[in-house]
Amino acid sequence: MSWFSRIGKPGFFRRVKAMLVKEFLQLLRDRVSFAMIVVMPLLQLLLFGYAINTTPRNLPTAVLLQETSDVGRSILAALERTQYFKITHRLTSVEEFDRVLASGKVLFAIEIPAGFERALRRGDKPVLLVAADATDPVASGTALGSLSRIVQFALVNERMLPDQSEPLFEIRSHPRYNPAAVSALNIVPGLVGIILTMTMLVFTALSVTRELERGTMESLLSMPITPLEIMIGKICPYIIVGFIQASLIIGFGVLLFGVPILGSLLLLAALSTLFIAVNLAIGYTFSTVSQNQLQAIQMTFMFFLPNILLSGFMFPFAGMPVWAQWIGEALPLTHYLRIVRSIMLKGADFSDLQYDVAALFVLMLVAMTIAVTRFRRTLD
Amino acid sequence: MNSAADIAIDVKGLTKSFGGRVVVRDLSMQVKRGVIYGFLGPNGSGKTTTIRMLCGLLTPDSGEGTCLGYDIRTQADQIRNHVGYMTQRFSLYQDLSVRENLEFVARIYGLNAPVRSAQQMIERLGLQGREEQLAAQLSGGWKQRLALGACTLPSPQLLLLDEPTAGVDPKARREFWNEIHALANEGLTVLVSTHYMDEAERCHEIAYIAYGELLTHGTVEQVIEQSKLITYDVNGGNLQELLHELDGKPGVDMVAPFGSSLHVSGRDEEKLEAAIKPYRASGDFVWTRSEPSLEDVFIELMNRSKDNFR
Repeated sequence: MSWFSRIGKPGFFRRVKAMLVKEFLQLLRDRVSFAMIVVMPLLQLLLFGYAINTTPRNLPTAVLLQETSDVGRSILAALERTQYFKITHRLTSVEEFDRVLASGKVLFAIEIPAGFERALRRGDKPVLLVAADATDPVASGTALGSLSRIVQFALVNERMLPDQSEPLFEIRSHPRYNPAAVSALNIVPGLVGIILTMTMLVFTALSVTRELERGTMESLLSMPITPLEIMIGKICPYIIVGFIQASLIIGFGVLLFGVPILGSLLLLAALSTLFIAVNLAIGYTFSTVSQNQLQAIQMTFMFFLPNILLSGFMFPFAGMPVWAQWIGEALPLTHYLRIVRSIMLKGADFSDLQYDVAALFVLMLVAMTIAVTRFRRTLD
Repeated sequence: MNSAADIAIDVKGLTKSFGGRVVVRDLSMQVKRGVIYGFLGPNGSGKTTTIRMLCGLLTPDSGEGTCLGYDIRTQADQIRNHVGYMTQRFSLYQDLSVRENLEFVARIYGLNAPVRSAQQMIERLGLQGREEQLAAQLSGGWKQRLALGACTLPSPQLLLLDEPTAGVDPKARREFWNEIHALANEGLTVLVSTHYMDEAERCHEIAYIAYGELLTHGTVEQVIEQSKLITYDVNGGNLQELLHELDGKPGVDMVAPFGSSLHVSGRDEEKLEAAIKPYRASGDFVWTRSEPSLEDVFIELMNRSKDNFR
């Protein structure tokens, strides 16, 4: 009651109005924040609205075609017509079959054995081997479910095989790496990346603006220290913080959720450290281009959102349109997700991950270059 | 050769504007080595901007010059190594202790024994017992001392102090100035900005800047003499009424109360005498010809320059 009675105090609305006008003026004066209020939500709505697709299409698929007759081509054509599959790799040996899956280049690998058509006509129910990368169950599930129907339809219509209620062949599908489709196995490694991204960005995003706002920048700039030295000095302590954080998340993920680490723990630690450094460098870059801590935090969030939505953490990466995949390739989380899932769930080694490691290095160097060149050594 | 050895600061025609507003206009100055040089002027006159241009924190729009023989445009790195800059607002780390702040500065400047240098500075500043206190918890006077300690720690050749005593109590102010004189005796050049007149008298040389222009410079005596100001000390009678009557009269360039008396000044002796003649004749007041104070000179200069720039 006493709270409400205050509203009745004389001048209540006058004082509220004074406060309101002041806040509004300050908001209008902060041009960058104002632009973010208007432009960013629209941009993000358009971006994510068009990019996100929960029934993914054009999933990269490898084919090992050992059948010489036309039936092979019919099956492949049928697969591509569905738009679920996009045949990106033609394989020639069984060794390649395992390699393309482990490296994450494809989500499916299909083997059509020799003598497939002859066996079909004899009614032997030949086996079509389909291996799927099940580290992301959402991506592979729908496509895998429709596979049998598609192939049967193609065979009946194009190869003039008798239409029977019984399938003519057997699909032996191998959901690899996460056979039971346990979502924790998919989510936990992803969460390592998400949590690290968020905390690391904020740590350094505030580091330069804090010096500006507290007035310590003026002293610092009058001392003989270079922008590169300032950056390295500000990033390094947080690498240790990030490393501890990563160890905790991965450790508890293994203990509580039973997520395996099939690959090298040392490699995982090394590449996690690289990922931590990339995010710290990006946060630091935000800090050098923003004028105050509020702007730095806003930029962090604007960057964080695409990291969640376009990296393959929430929605299948392969299912996004190509332009959205390009944006995804520019995000560190995309590459780290591939790295962490591959090492933990597939037991991938360094040679499988070269591309993503190189991408992380490039992102880090770009961020650091922008930060060092944007850092103003004067107060002009 | 001679100039580089004897002159610490030598700049010509410095001009700087922000957003179309000229803050410093065509400023030239020379400061000899080993001198305490007072930089006076009202708030917003361009003192801070000038100091920042001298130590490379701001790039002048035009003009050139050297600081300790290094070009202020191209050799800011060397200047940083030999100049200690104490900012107007406390700019050390509030969340670090006295010792940690000093050790940080010592390491940045690459001193051989940062821990020992910091300890020596703590003793020199009389901060023993407070070395573990966070800078944020220090009083204004102690903060100023710490800031001075931090910028003298790397043994600079030139100190730039931007209103170091603003908001500090008189006792701390006196101690601060004693320290500055001690440093100057050791051969340091000190450029100190202030708007306290009593501090101007403690400087070897002074310069007065208003509305971005350097209006006068020299020793205190020279500045007073150059002003060519004739001043009367007036006592008795209704001084407030007299002030209002004289203010703005031709020949009277400045009237200002000064303690229990009134200072009446003018640059043109004849006109001034003519203006005050009727009041002298009345016999209500006691008129004494006296030396203008530094404040009289500065306020008169400022009034004059205001007319020029507005």
